[in-house]
Amino acid sequence: MLYRENGQFKTSYAADQQIFPIAQDRWAIVGLLLFAFVGIPLLVDEYLLRAILIPFLILSLAALGVNILVGFCGQITLGAGAFMAVGAYAAYNFHIRIEGLPLLLSFLLGGLTAAAVGIFFGIPSLRVRGLYLAVATLAAQFFTDWVFLRVPWFTDNASSGSVSVSNLQVLGWQIATPVDKYLFCLGWLVVFALLAKNMTRSAIGRQWMAIRDMDVAAEVIGIRPLFAKLSAFAVSSFFVGTAGTLWGFIHLSSWEPAAFSVDRSFQLLFMVIIGGLGSIMGSFFGAAFIVILPIALNQFLPAFGGLFGVTISTAGVSHAELIVFGALIIFFLIKEPHGIARLWSTAKEKLRLWPFPH
Amino acid sequence: MSRQIGEVILDLKNVSLSFGGVKALTDISFDVREHEIRAIIGPNGAGKSSMLNVINGVYRPQQGDIILRGRRFSRMNPYEAAKAGISRTFQNIALFKGMNVIDNLMTGRNLKIRSNLIQQAFWWGPARREELAHRAKVEEVIDFLEIQHIRKTPVGRLPYGLQKRVDLGRALAMEPSILLLDEPMAGMNVEEKQDMCRFILDVNDQFGTTIVLIEHDMAVVMDISDRVVVLDYGKKIGDGAPDEVRANPEVITAYLGASH
Repeated sequence: MLYRENGQFKTSYAADQQIFPIAQDRWAIVGLLLFAFVGIPLLVDEYLLRAILIPFLILSLAALGVNILVGFCGQITLGAGAFMAVGAYAAYNFHIRIEGLPLLLSFLLGGLTAAAVGIFFGIPSLRVRGLYLAVATLAAQFFTDWVFLRVPWFTDNASSGSVSVSNLQVLGWQIATPVDKYLFCLGWLVVFALLAKNMTRSAIGRQWMAIRDMDVAAEVIGIRPLFAKLSAFAVSSFFVGTAGTLWGFIHLSSWEPAAFSVDRSFQLLFMVIIGGLGSIMGSFFGAAFIVILPIALNQFLPAFGGLFGVTISTAGVSHAELIVFGALIIFFLIKEPHGIARLWSTAKEKLRLWPFPH
Repeated sequence: MSRQIGEVILDLKNVSLSFGGVKALTDISFDVREHEIRAIIGPNGAGKSSMLNVINGVYRPQQGDIILRGRRFSRMNPYEAAKAGISRTFQNIALFKGMNVIDNLMTGRNLKIRSNLIQQAFWWGPARREELAHRAKVEEVIDFLEIQHIRKTPVGRLPYGLQKRVDLGRALAMEPSILLLDEPMAGMNVEEKQDMCRFILDVNDQFGTTIVLIEHDMAVVMDISDRVVVLDYGKKIGDGAPDEVRANPEVITAYLGASH
């Protein structure tokens, strides 16, 4: 009843092709953005920002990048952590080695470096697919782990292998407090999510999806697999790389290669699978789910055990986390390969008909 | 029919194709004239689909030439073929299942899109204008094929007959000069076949598109095609107008079996 598009007629293709064709959706997104930019900084305490919201924003951006490659172009990757590392370390090197380079520019250059490395490790995708490609991208992961640990130049000869940045300034804005960091990451994410949405709804996105769905037919209508696949690798790595720079510079501000280990790659892949392959919205759902689940389990499991007089240790909780993740991934792969995003859109479909579904 | 059959537009010369020891096509030559409907028929495994795959470069023949509008290709590739205006449909529908009908047809416009990735990412002037212009073109195809009601349905959810129609639509969205149809009527009921015949004839008539078609339904083939090539075991055994082919003793033997 509330969520109806009756009477919202489209009289031009431009109106029909907008991102949110239904007026209620447009209001909802405006409301959400207002709340995120104005409401949250006023309401939320520092712990919540630092522990949940900032990681959520940055990992959403990374998941968005992974989703472009895995969900939209169908090229499976286990190297997302590596591209985050490349982004972070490249931006770090630009930042310390070029005096007076604006921070935004070093972030973007970090992303571009990640894109270049992504293209390089994407070359095997022209020959192999599926599991074999996953293994090839895993090589990127181990390679970058090794490089940033063993080649001192990349870490500016830091003896511990860890690097740190301080005194971050963007266009005269000192990013120091958690609220600053939150707002910066949010702004960055909104812009990049919009770019991702635009790409997936225009020609390049259709090329990626065509390659994913039926590569022979795609070739026959004049899509070059080389360009489609490598551009997906480049764009994906760019997103993931900038997420890496944010993770290093804004979230951690001092980090070592372990911050971008293979665990991170798996985590990002899980986000995309659980959230929804081939859906921009799904990347956010997946990131929210994976960031919030451990914290929720932490709160909930000991209390739940208490009901039955069982004490659950901290180690028990972290084991339970792995068990729940594993079970959920299997559940989603079998029951809903399109993830939470599909559940969401089904719910919306139902809501449109409610309360008269016939 | 009012249309004029023109000069030879596509000429295949001594094409041979083998997969390891299996000879799929042996020394096949035939030509296709502009604006005509050219059928390729033959028993199962005769090499008909291989023939289409050679024409648009999916398979590369070991020998032989493909001459397209006077240009000689010893090895065609799918991208070149698409650029040269050859489009096709597939025997077992090869639509992009995760996308809706509009997006499937929009992929057919891919070669005509000039804006680059950055412009598209920012939904910037040229990218946006192009998107709208191509959408209008795609809507023309949708109107032509009478599939307005399903334009936003993901193609995976459509029934088989409609998927075949969308497959044709995607090929038409390329505005091809030569259209290759691989069993466009396989698995359809009579009504759907009649619709499909009507679309094929209309495409040929209204847009002057040259059509090369593989089909098993002899009544359809004999009715709509101008000339017919008959293949058997990868060899050409007949070529000519439908009536000539029907009277050809070799063709009768291939289809009905010889008495020994």
